[in-house]
Amino acid sequence: MARDVAVIGVGMTKFGEFWDRGYRSLITEAGSKAIIDARIDGKDIDAVYVGSMSPGRLIGQEHVGALVADYAGLVGVPAARVEAACSSGGLALHQAYLAIKSGLYDIVVVGGVEKMTDVSTEHATVALAGAADQEWEAFHGITFPGLYALMARRHMMDYGTTEEQISLISVKNHANGKLNPYAQYQYDVTLEDVMKSSMVADPLRLMHCSPITDGAATVVLASGEKAKKVCENPIWIKGSALATDTLSLHGRKSITKVEASAMAGKKAYQMAKVKPSKIDFAEVHDCFAIAEILAIESLGFCKIGKGGEMVENGETWIDSRIPINTSGGLKAKGHPVGATGIAQAIEATWQLRGQADKRQVKGAKTGLTQNVGGSGATCTVHIFSEEK
Amino acid sequence: MSKRIPLHWRLIPHRYRLLGSECKRCREKFFPKRTVCPNCRRRGQIEEVGFSGKGEIYSYTIIHVPSRGFEFLKPYVMALVKLTEGPLVTSQIVDCDPEEVDVGQKVMLTFRKISVDGSSGIIRYGYKFKPKTSLSL
Repeated sequence: MARDVAVIGVGMTKFGEFWDRGYRSLITEAGSKAIIDARIDGKDIDAVYVGSMSPGRLIGQEHVGALVADYAGLVGVPAARVEAACSSGGLALHQAYLAIKSGLYDIVVVGGVEKMTDVSTEHATVALAGAADQEWEAFHGITFPGLYALMARRHMMDYGTTEEQISLISVKNHANGKLNPYAQYQYDVTLEDVMKSSMVADPLRLMHCSPITDGAATVVLASGEKAKKVCENPIWIKGSALATDTLSLHGRKSITKVEASAMAGKKAYQMAKVKPSKIDFAEVHDCFAIAEILAIESLGFCKIGKGGEMVENGETWIDSRIPINTSGGLKAKGHPVGATGIAQAIEATWQLRGQADKRQVKGAKTGLTQNVGGSGATCTVHIFSEEK
Repeated sequence: MSKRIPLHWRLIPHRYRLLGSECKRCREKFFPKRTVCPNCRRRGQIEEVGFSGKGEIYSYTIIHVPSRGFEFLKPYVMALVKLTEGPLVTSQIVDCDPEEVDVGQKVMLTFRKISVDGSSGIIRYGYKFKPKTSLSL
């Protein structure tokens, strides 16, 4: 491993529904905050990556790499948009990591952004469904919650996972979101609220689903040498991995193990030279509550099939064995699709810097983020450490 | 859903008659069709193959919040059907009470209208599955 890569600055907007704010306003706020946090200047930036899933469908705008550089006042700087559905942010982070690792760039700004409320919920849902196989899944009327419901049903059948266990994830993530001033939903929900919410795709209910959200997040990455010069508290990226699976759920060998997550996790653990037991906290992709169970299993925090039990035993709350989604996760923090993977990296950075306030994981030294695209066709896993 | 006609038209044989692919080298069958065998890649010998349309429900969900164009069907059952030849297929399950659908249930192919583009757009047809015990054709 030739060069080290560190996070030297982070910044994000509050997540929510912002009728008075557009795409440009969101990403420039997040970007400016990150650059100020990193204490660098525009002239220091070698390149910009932007994770964004569907600006073409959501605001009618493509070509957002150049747009973001333009509105950040960085005309001339290399800029590229990166897309992998809901893991666009994680993928942008991976690309930025590679760009520094390659030796070509020293400081890279990597943002994620989605402006989802300029269209109707129905229209946004159609845009999101673009992550599924249009010819052989969406054509037949399956929805995104529907795909995760198919996984949930089979998981419940094969491993005895219960609706209550799945629902407890929403309860926990709302409790965490309540402590996060950036979260879309900063209030508690009870188990009864979740289990009595309206059915979306049986067995998944409304309160098992992440919301439609506007928001942006940005991190500044630097090579080890640069980081030491400009930053007092760099957070080191010890592993950055990407894996894929079949685009459609029906193409997989198993629908209850997210293979791309397991593969990316394994690779990231190898790069970081750590085992799952050494991870102090994780931000995982709970687009639907069942996805958090699939995530903790595929990442090796428990055995396959035991995720439900682990949740029921309270092992994933802040101050327990392995806190999961201290930020509130996608469920409570919100899910502005392209921004999600970057926002996860920001939570990891805050936790490792000791800046997570009321949701601080005590003694956190190593954290993991997992960002999934579609029903699991793309997955990125990053491992962060306070030590080099 | 796009109104472009060729997007649906070129898949008609596969959607109407459940045609997929078989690799003559490794003998694995694929649905939907593939042009490259993921096991054998350049050494694979992909040929078109028809499926029997028999299978069983591997997993299912009842959709209460439908996709655009499927509103009039709600609630409707979507399933992964495991064909007897191996592959899983994403399909609607029809001709039954959604509450009576179950994993492991035997199902068979049927040909139905899938969706319509408004009052002047194309009507798309294709496969759905129904319980094997059903008397309807």
